[in-house]
Amino acid sequence: MGKVFAVVLTVIAIVSVAFFAMHTWWLPPDISTTGPAVDHQLEETLIGTGVLFLAGQLLLGYFTWTARDPKSKDKIKTFPGGATPLVTAAILVVGIEVLTLTFVGSKVWAAIYLAPPDPQSIHIDVQAEQFAFYFRYAGPDGQFGAVHPDKIDDGSGNYFGLDPANDVAARDDIVVGSLVVPVNRPIALTLHSKDVGHSFYVRELRVQQDFVPGLDIPLHFTATKVGKYEIVCTQLCGLGHYNMKAYLEVMGEPDYEQWLKTQAGQ
Amino acid sequence: MTKKLLMLLAGAALVGNGGMAGLPAPAGNASISGKVTYTGTPPKMKPIDMSKEPSCAKQHATPVMTENVATGAGDTLEYVVVYISAGDSDSAAPTAAVRYDQKGCQYLPHVLPMQVGQNLQIYNDDQTSHNIHPLAKVNPEWNKSQPAGSPAIDTKYDKPEFIPVKCNIHPWMHGYFVVLNTSHYSVTGQDGAFSLKGLPAGKYTVTAWQEQYGSQSQDVTVGAGESKAINFTFKALPY
Repeated sequence: MGKVFAVVLTVIAIVSVAFFAMHTWWLPPDISTTGPAVDHQLEETLIGTGVLFLAGQLLLGYFTWTARDPKSKDKIKTFPGGATPLVTAAILVVGIEVLTLTFVGSKVWAAIYLAPPDPQSIHIDVQAEQFAFYFRYAGPDGQFGAVHPDKIDDGSGNYFGLDPANDVAARDDIVVGSLVVPVNRPIALTLHSKDVGHSFYVRELRVQQDFVPGLDIPLHFTATKVGKYEIVCTQLCGLGHYNMKAYLEVMGEPDYEQWLKTQAGQ
Repeated sequence: MTKKLLMLLAGAALVGNGGMAGLPAPAGNASISGKVTYTGTPPKMKPIDMSKEPSCAKQHATPVMTENVATGAGDTLEYVVVYISAGDSDSAAPTAAVRYDQKGCQYLPHVLPMQVGQNLQIYNDDQTSHNIHPLAKVNPEWNKSQPAGSPAIDTKYDKPEFIPVKCNIHPWMHGYFVVLNTSHYSVTGQDGAFSLKGLPAGKYTVTAWQEQYGSQSQDVTVGAGESKAINFTFKALPY
């Protein structure tokens, strides 16, 4: 029985590592300028943890194989030299690895989330609410109107709480249900939530950021590939959470300009 | 035995004295009709983006527009409820239920008038879940989930009220329940026309209600069989 267990264990360990090594179920290709750094970090993390995982499982298999003794059922075998040095070594190796990954990883994270956005960025306001995302562009005047939470009225399409009667800057603001951006242009989002915690996640951008009610949270990215991608809420936000999504449409510059013009006309 | 008999007698008394609960409206043949229009510039209605709900989006060849100030040719106003707010005698709610549909992620009709105590049936005709939430203040407030294929919700309201209705899943969905004390009401179509028929001779207050612009009233006296024309004009603002 010990032999069977050792073999099964070893096979499972090798096969599961092989799937990772061959990228069998992998992330979709990234489409952002910061994506490669995230992918690189993920790869390093997986290699580091994968090597340790494989070493641990193979050792376990080896010990199970060599320590088996069907004849003496009652006798408990002990590790030669005692387990203390081995456990200490394991804690040190794993501890150092986790700390290293944290420091290296936080550098990558900070370079994306803490770095200031490009001054040439296109600013887009995002409002999350149960259970949809809305996006606001400044419109032809380049100015965002002020928001007044008491003026929010979904029935008339005023998802941000604009006051066009008294606020000239708000009159030409463009509010839509899809995030449309030009390719290769830096985009700076400001995330607001109308009600509860939500999250902005686009797999292909390798970007994920929570919305926190009461906070204006900045987030920036540059998309490098034209296409349509899904934005999903990854923070359980209520009954319709499963259905809370929108689309990111990355367009060529002329298409984007045309789209903006059409929207401004409405 | 005696108790049972008493209850039977009481029941018979109630049936016999049905007028206390509300008789069918006294029949009349006078009518009041007219048009609801606006002056000024109404706000532009905005297209609704339903792309997150593809099963609804594909039902609309052109985008559905917001309906808070729906207008027609000739400066007419749609979805205005015109009703008798005073002078009408109480009448029992009709036995026929009114129907409200959630279809293509829209409320149909946008404004649904009904009588106090009248049965209201709410259907989900979509391939997606809805969570209807009438924001009642005078009547009890509730919200109910209705996954695709659910049976209709059967309900009614006991007090007159203008109740905004929203969907807790699709923020753009918006409508109104208008619960009235009278059986004489009319909702304007795109032509802005309304007509209140079957009125006995008498003095009435006629009120027109629009969801964004509020209410206006006029006093009208009609004789037996008389047809009177009145119009309502709301002042529209672009924002």
